[in-house]
Amino acid sequence: MSETFDEATTLKRRTFVAASTAAAGLPLLTSDRLPTSTTTPAPADRLSTVRLTVNGEQRTAQVDNRTSLLDLLREHLDLPGTKKGCDQGACGACTVLVDDRRVNACLTLAVMHQGARVTTIEGLARGEQLHPLQQAFIDHDGLQCGYCTPGQVMSGVACIAEGHTGSREEIREWMSGNLCRCGAYTNIVSAIEQTAKEA
Amino acid sequence: MHPFAFSRVSTVTAALNAGARDGRYVAGGTTLVDLMRETVERPAHVVDINGLPYKDITVTRQGLHVGSLVRMSELAAHPEVRATYPVLSQALELSASAQLRNMASIGGNIMQRPRCPYFRDVHSACNRRDPGSGCDALRGDNRMQAILGTSTHCVATHPSDLAVALVALDAVIQVRGLDGTRSIPVQDFFLRPGDTPQSEHSLRPGELITSLTVPTGAHTRRSGYLKVRDRQSYEFALASAAVALDIRGGVVRGARVAVGGVGTVPWRLPRVEEALVGKRPGRRTWTDAAALAADGAVPLSENAFKVKLVERTVRRQLMTIGGQ
Ligand SMILES: Cc1cc2nc3c(=O)[nH]c(=O)nc-3n(C[C@H](O)[C@H](O)[C@H](O)COP(=O)(O)OP(=O)(O)OC[C@H]3O[C@@H](n4cnc5c(N)ncnc54)[C@H](O)[C@@H]3O)c2cc1C
Ligand code: SF4
Ligand code: FES
Ligand code: FES
Repeated sequence: MSETFDEATTLKRRTFVAASTAAAGLPLLTSDRLPTSTTTPAPADRLSTVRLTVNGEQRTAQVDNRTSLLDLLREHLDLPGTKKGCDQGACGACTVLVDDRRVNACLTLAVMHQGARVTTIEGLARGEQLHPLQQAFIDHDGLQCGYCTPGQVMSGVACIAEGHTGSREEIREWMSGNLCRCGAYTNIVSAIEQTAKEA
Repeated sequence: MHPFAFSRVSTVTAALNAGARDGRYVAGGTTLVDLMRETVERPAHVVDINGLPYKDITVTRQGLHVGSLVRMSELAAHPEVRATYPVLSQALELSASAQLRNMASIGGNIMQRPRCPYFRDVHSACNRRDPGSGCDALRGDNRMQAILGTSTHCVATHPSDLAVALVALDAVIQVRGLDGTRSIPVQDFFLRPGDTPQSEHSLRPGELITSLTVPTGAHTRRSGYLKVRDRQSYEFALASAAVALDIRGGVVRGARVAVGGVGTVPWRLPRVEEALVGKRPGRRTWTDAAALAADGAVPLSENAFKVKLVERTVRRQLMTIGGQ
């Protein structure tokens, strides 16, 4: 990721965050209020090579240390199925499994996952055969616009494996890290409930 | 995000040496990476400590011992912790989301920074981020801010739920630096803002949290956490209460009560505790004691509702834990 690109996206996001969290009246950018800067590392020290297994395949990439696991998947490994919603841990769109545990790929650095085993939405189906939860999402109309769906499915797979599917309330609580903006919640809960019963 | 060098350490000495040279420790990254992206935090060197051996949970007759790198989800799900320290499991499982709890560590949780919107926005005035610049929350959006332990320099709440339970249970934090180890009672670990809001805790630069211990007692089994918030899940507390009671022979022998979402640090309520000890469990006792919950509160323009809310939260949790 080039530096200019990073700066540009940061600024866009800031405007968004400021608008969405604080009400009115935030002062304009005043550079003297920025925190004191620390020494900048030499360019070579800012890069790392990451090796990991993604959906059963060994992958290697050289990344800027700032790269999140989410950006590694989407931009370096060409796996855009995992979605970027908020990029700050608040929506669950970026949920993947790391060593079988569900995590938010946006809040973790790619370089922290040397040697890890990552499963993304692209890795769930066996060839043409969908994962049972993917099929259940279709059966229950759990995907409306589809944007949050990859994260919901990955989180749902983990929720079932963890055994947090005793009731619809329990499913709701343990799926609450995933926000669906167009409101397919009821159908998503049904898809998870059915898949858990059949598992 | 500003550029940084990255290294992963596998020995404590390597970690402490890197820490002494201004390296910034990262465990789960769920606070640090977020704040680095907002450029609130700008470390030049990030040190991944996940290779260190602080990953054990041990339960003995004396108490609970938890490594700082244990994940929130692991500690919450530990069967003996669930049975003997329910307040800890509940505080953890009412925090963040399953995904975040799988990454976030116990050490990182108590070290998390405030969620004040002005602290997180580098274009706002914030004494905590930039000492002496002012505090935009004082006259701005302060509905979520603290009513206890505030100063004219900062009114942000401490956001950790776990820390509230730890304060109630008199936990002790073990730390290690280049000149050795020391233990800090959790009550002394968190610092009120006063006129130095940038100092949030008593960890010295480069020191590592290695573990924490929680003494056991008759009260730990009869304990629990209540969290009140704007939505039912995946949200920080408006008010919360950690309560642990020792009730024997129809009398409250010991009481531990701490509240969250209302204090600049996790807030213990000694006056409420005194009002409980020696009394018979029952509605009257709970109501009278809870009336002291907001003692000393200084509300802001938008958060006066927290005064009643914290009182009711404490009363409800006393009823739940102590019986009606
Ligand atoms: C959307 C969202 C919702 C959340 N909701 C809640 C909630 O409801 N309740 C709640 O309590 N929390 C909540 N959190 C916060 C979350 O619990 C913390 O981010 C997490 O616990 C931090 O742990 P970590 O291991 O990821 O820390 P990191 O981000 O890795 O580190 C945090 C800080 O601690 C320092 N640090 C880490 N480990 C050590 C150590 N061993 N010794 C010394 N210093 C160390 C780091 O240098 C850094 O300064 C939420 C977070 C998000 C993003
Ligand atoms: S309340 Fe504290 S953290 Fe928030 S803007 Fe004021 S000084 Fe900063
Ligand atoms: S994109 Fe990661 S939680 Fe929203
Ligand atoms: S299906 Fe549209 S956001 Fe969930």
